[in-house]
Amino acid sequence: MRTSKPHRIVQVGKPIVFLLCLTPLAWLTWRLLSGEASANPIEAIIHGTGNWALRLLLITLAITPLRRLTGRVWLVRFRRMLGLFSFFYASLHLTAYLWLDQRFRWHEIIGDVVQRPYITVGAAAILLMTPLAITSTRGWIKRLGPRWKTLHRLIYPIAILGILHYWWLVKADWREPALYAGILSLMLLARLPTKRWPWPRRCTPRAEPSSP
Amino acid sequence: MLIRRPDPIRPSQITPEQHYLRRRDFIKAAAGLSAAAIGTGLMPGCELGVTEAAPIPKPNAIPDIRKSRWSTDAAPTEYKHITTYNNFVELGDGKSAPARNADRLRTRPWMVQVSGECEAPGEIGIEDLLTGFPQEERVYRFRCVEAWGMVIPWVGFPLRDLLRRFKPTSKAKYVAFETLYDPNQLPGQRGRLYDWPYREGLRMDEAMHALTILATGLYGREMPNQNGAPIRLVVPWKYGFKSIKSIVAIRFTEQQPPATWNMLQPDEYGFYANVNPEVDHPRWSQKQHRVIGAGLFAPEEPTLMFNGYGDQVGHLYANMDLRRYY
Repeated sequence: MRTSKPHRIVQVGKPIVFLLCLTPLAWLTWRLLSGEASANPIEAIIHGTGNWALRLLLITLAITPLRRLTGRVWLVRFRRMLGLFSFFYASLHLTAYLWLDQRFRWHEIIGDVVQRPYITVGAAAILLMTPLAITSTRGWIKRLGPRWKTLHRLIYPIAILGILHYWWLVKADWREPALYAGILSLMLLARLPTKRWPWPRRCTPRAEPSSP
Repeated sequence: MLIRRPDPIRPSQITPEQHYLRRRDFIKAAAGLSAAAIGTGLMPGCELGVTEAAPIPKPNAIPDIRKSRWSTDAAPTEYKHITTYNNFVELGDGKSAPARNADRLRTRPWMVQVSGECEAPGEIGIEDLLTGFPQEERVYRFRCVEAWGMVIPWVGFPLRDLLRRFKPTSKAKYVAFETLYDPNQLPGQRGRLYDWPYREGLRMDEAMHALTILATGLYGREMPNQNGAPIRLVVPWKYGFKSIKSIVAIRFTEQQPPATWNMLQPDEYGFYANVNPEVDHPRWSQKQHRVIGAGLFAPEEPTLMFNGYGDQVGHLYANMDLRRYY
């Protein structure tokens, strides 16, 4: 596989995006160390990491529509990093739940997954996300060939499960999960065949797998 | 010739001492703020307040507080957590917004209307509520339906002492409560998610129980706004949403009165809402709760039946199916 020469924007942009993706973690850490979240630190961690897992997932899904809209192909080069950061925050979210919230009481955890629908869909979402994270490397893209695209289409049910997880745990204020659902709908609509849309159509470079 | 007597000055109209002593700072701040506002072209609509140098004064101390045998000896939750981790949607969404927006609520003057099935309906002012009833310290466990808990040293007096003054008749089977409705002071009421004002109710025997109090303060001082100033209900054996805040109206009713959370999601929040680890919320367990302020590595605490007040209130529900009447 031919690797293209790194575009200047991508060269400069990747470290910046990397640092930006770490700022939610830094902010959460500050809140914990400063005592601002001292009333319920476990809740602060679980909600904070969960929120950013979802937001980064939606941002990742926005790459393809943005590419079509602007014709800027290099945007796709950021998609893997954003997707992996979404998985990173989801993993922190899961770790906080298993360790800090449940203290590794496996009997209770299995009970939760089986009895509480919002936890069932959350568990399913992160379970499905794991093979996507593992196969995000160039090696795996090569190894799987056309099946890589099929596998990574799982990101759509993952996003839906993630939003359902959030929706089913809020007490009464559905506005934020509803907002995410709205954004997800836009992201999915924007993937309809380009013939229907007046976007400028450009070629995808051969080194990048085309979007699912 | 008509000689008009001036209206008597009410205690609530007397300037608190700490404000009186800093009156010159206040005037300087007002002048400075006006100059700055005119200079920058902004004209804030909010009240001009204390200077930046002076800290926000703590609420007034309540004098002559008696101890009560109903207090738990569990360690109370820290004041800073009780006053910055609140569900008070009227003052903003999330746990920290109510404390941030607290100064929007004006708690003087304040009247509570008492009406309905009683012989002597009327009203009572907050001054009389503070001075007309012996104030007690009640250190109660507080359990939110969201599965977190606190221990709160309330100051207040038994609700039944107030209710008896208004002479409820035999038709009074329930007591209904209402929070203030004023979207200017309570900006959360501009939203339509809830059917404002916040309403709650108790069965008559629950209202007349020795544990049920009207709380006027906490930690020996008058109630902070974000905790439901100037007067709120505390029913320690029920989930926190029954302990309605900032009460302006009490009504004796014959029928079970409407209760906000019960109206919003009736299959999740019942009228009784007794703390019960054996009856889960449809979406989450009620077997344990997180202790607020206990830290990152603290385990959850097992939730007790009736929040540990079963000996005192269990008999009220002896013949009730608590799975049905949740």
